[in-house]
Amino acid sequence: MDGNRGTEVVGLDDKRKPWVSLLLHALLIGASILMLYPLLWMLSASFRPSQEIFNTTTLIPSTVSLEAYPRGWFGLRVDFGTFFWNSLVISVLSVAGNVMACSLAAFAFARLQFRGRNFWFAIMLGTLMLPYHVTLIPQYVLFLNLGWVNSILPLVVPKFLAADAFFIFLMVQFFRGIPKELDEAAMMDGCSPWRIYWRIMLPLSMPVLATAAIFTFLWTWDDFFGPLIYLNDMRTYTVQLGLRSFVDSQGGQSDWAGLFAMSILSLVPVFFFFLFFQRLLIEGIATTGMKR
Amino acid sequence: MSTPITLSQVYKRYGSVEVIHGIDLEIEPGEFTVFVGPSGCGKSTLLRMIAGLEPISGGKLLIDGEVMNEVPAAERGIAMVFQSYALYPHMSVYQNLAFGLETAKLPKAVIKEKVQRAAEILQIEPLLGRKPKQLSGGQRQRVAIGRAITREPRIFLFDEPLSNLDAELRVQMRVEIAKLHRDLGNTMIYVTHDQVEAMTMADKIVVLRLGHVEQIGAPLELYNRPANRFVAGFIGSPKMNFIKAAISSAGGGQIVLDVAGQTLALPRTLAKGAPGDAVEFGIRPEHLSIEDGPGKVPLAEVSIDLVENLGGQTLLYTRVPDGQPLTIVLDGQHDLGPGSRITARFDPARCHVFDREGAVI
Repeated sequence: MDGNRGTEVVGLDDKRKPWVSLLLHALLIGASILMLYPLLWMLSASFRPSQEIFNTTTLIPSTVSLEAYPRGWFGLRVDFGTFFWNSLVISVLSVAGNVMACSLAAFAFARLQFRGRNFWFAIMLGTLMLPYHVTLIPQYVLFLNLGWVNSILPLVVPKFLAADAFFIFLMVQFFRGIPKELDEAAMMDGCSPWRIYWRIMLPLSMPVLATAAIFTFLWTWDDFFGPLIYLNDMRTYTVQLGLRSFVDSQGGQSDWAGLFAMSILSLVPVFFFFLFFQRLLIEGIATTGMKR
Repeated sequence: MSTPITLSQVYKRYGSVEVIHGIDLEIEPGEFTVFVGPSGCGKSTLLRMIAGLEPISGGKLLIDGEVMNEVPAAERGIAMVFQSYALYPHMSVYQNLAFGLETAKLPKAVIKEKVQRAAEILQIEPLLGRKPKQLSGGQRQRVAIGRAITREPRIFLFDEPLSNLDAELRVQMRVEIAKLHRDLGNTMIYVTHDQVEAMTMADKIVVLRLGHVEQIGAPLELYNRPANRFVAGFIGSPKMNFIKAAISSAGGGQIVLDVAGQTLALPRTLAKGAPGDAVEFGIRPEHLSIEDGPGKVPLAEVSIDLVENLGGQTLLYTRVPDGQPLTIVLDGQHDLGPGSRITARFDPARCHVFDREGAVI
């Protein structure tokens, strides 16, 4: 029987004409190269001498040099370690704020009864449709009046106020999938709403919390616009602002090799964060889309 | 610890929709009361109102003489076993049992002792380290009951706790819950739509329909003296046969009915209604026979549609001459086949007559 099944599979493969297979693979490989080329080119550029970077499209450098890395790291008035630290602080605080505040708001929308719940939920969903740039100026004026400009507060504090409607919505949907009998059993066990949230809902919501944490980290780490507006002092810059500082950094000249070297390094935390949490991320997306 | 419960004109409304229509009920201390009824009759809603999971829209709930309407669920001294078990999936069995006690901030040693005691009662000690997903349905049910026991409540509530189990396990757990009630002596309220569970476990059955109480009584009282057609049809399996009939005459301590083309004289007084009224004649399948005997009178000549041999019993699905169905349950095994014609006989003392509104005559 196994043998028969094996024959059928081979038979199926044999039916596909070889040139179709070849064409499909060539297309896929071509598309992959197209996608990867900029990244590989940047990696290659970080090992080239500056004058060679824009003179060739090949990926193999004529000479491999690591000097762009220390030059990039220490080439600005403030070293890159500071930028990495600033980015890390903002990203970690944003993750903590978003996960905590959004899950609390989502718990309220999903489980608590309060006057105007549906109205506020609709308003919250409505904010999803507002482009960031529409609220930018009023927000800037607000933070300016609060004296928060040139600090990380405008970038971090809103995360602790459940300002990210997307994650609230994602978590509400997840919480609604958790059987209500668990809350009721906990109520019978003497739990307050806070204890139900903390001891029952949060431990059962790890996939969606991980999803929110990963996306918050990625989006915050990669954010250029927010830090550009609110951070003026170079010592408070994030990695993305640091990278921008390489342009025209040498009296009208730009240290492109240093820029690319630091760009490569800036990918490392994101890469490892994603690699570490990707299993939970996929599980989270899969679970939130399914009725349990 | 046995506690009385009183419901006085209890109502439940969702907006303008009333689902429980003023229920009065007395549950004696230590009594095992079963709420039974078809889907949507309000039995689970009533249980949840007693538990404190649903607000009471009107009337009073008294537990041990104290009004409990506004008392939070955790402070009513009640533990509840849910249909879905509602075990916390991320906690071990031990943690599930201990959770309520931890919430009450009891010392760890006391918690351990109470958990061990509950585990011993339910024989789940080897499972204490496992997560709920590593348990079978029956084991989960035991843990759910164990969680209720550890809290040492005044009252236990069960919301269709056996409906997710297979038939064999259901019978086993039924016996265990009855034994638990005997050992602990607490007041227990049990919700089910399975009338066999109700009959076998209850001290008192409350039959509900569309948010009304149809009848309250001991299992055999409901079986022998149903107050109306609904209760008569709901209690008993297979359900009671109902045959359209008419009052022919009444008087002298007997009623004469026209049933299936036959005239039957029944020894009872006509409390309401008059000759000529349409009524329904009710007889349980197990109260019919095909053999003559003392006190047995012929009901009708019936033709057999289907025979089910269960070994210990034989079920005959038949039709009376005017085509109305009649089910007969016979003890033992009988060599009968579809198409045969037999005479169904009954004991007039065990039949029931219902008026057009379904009330018993």
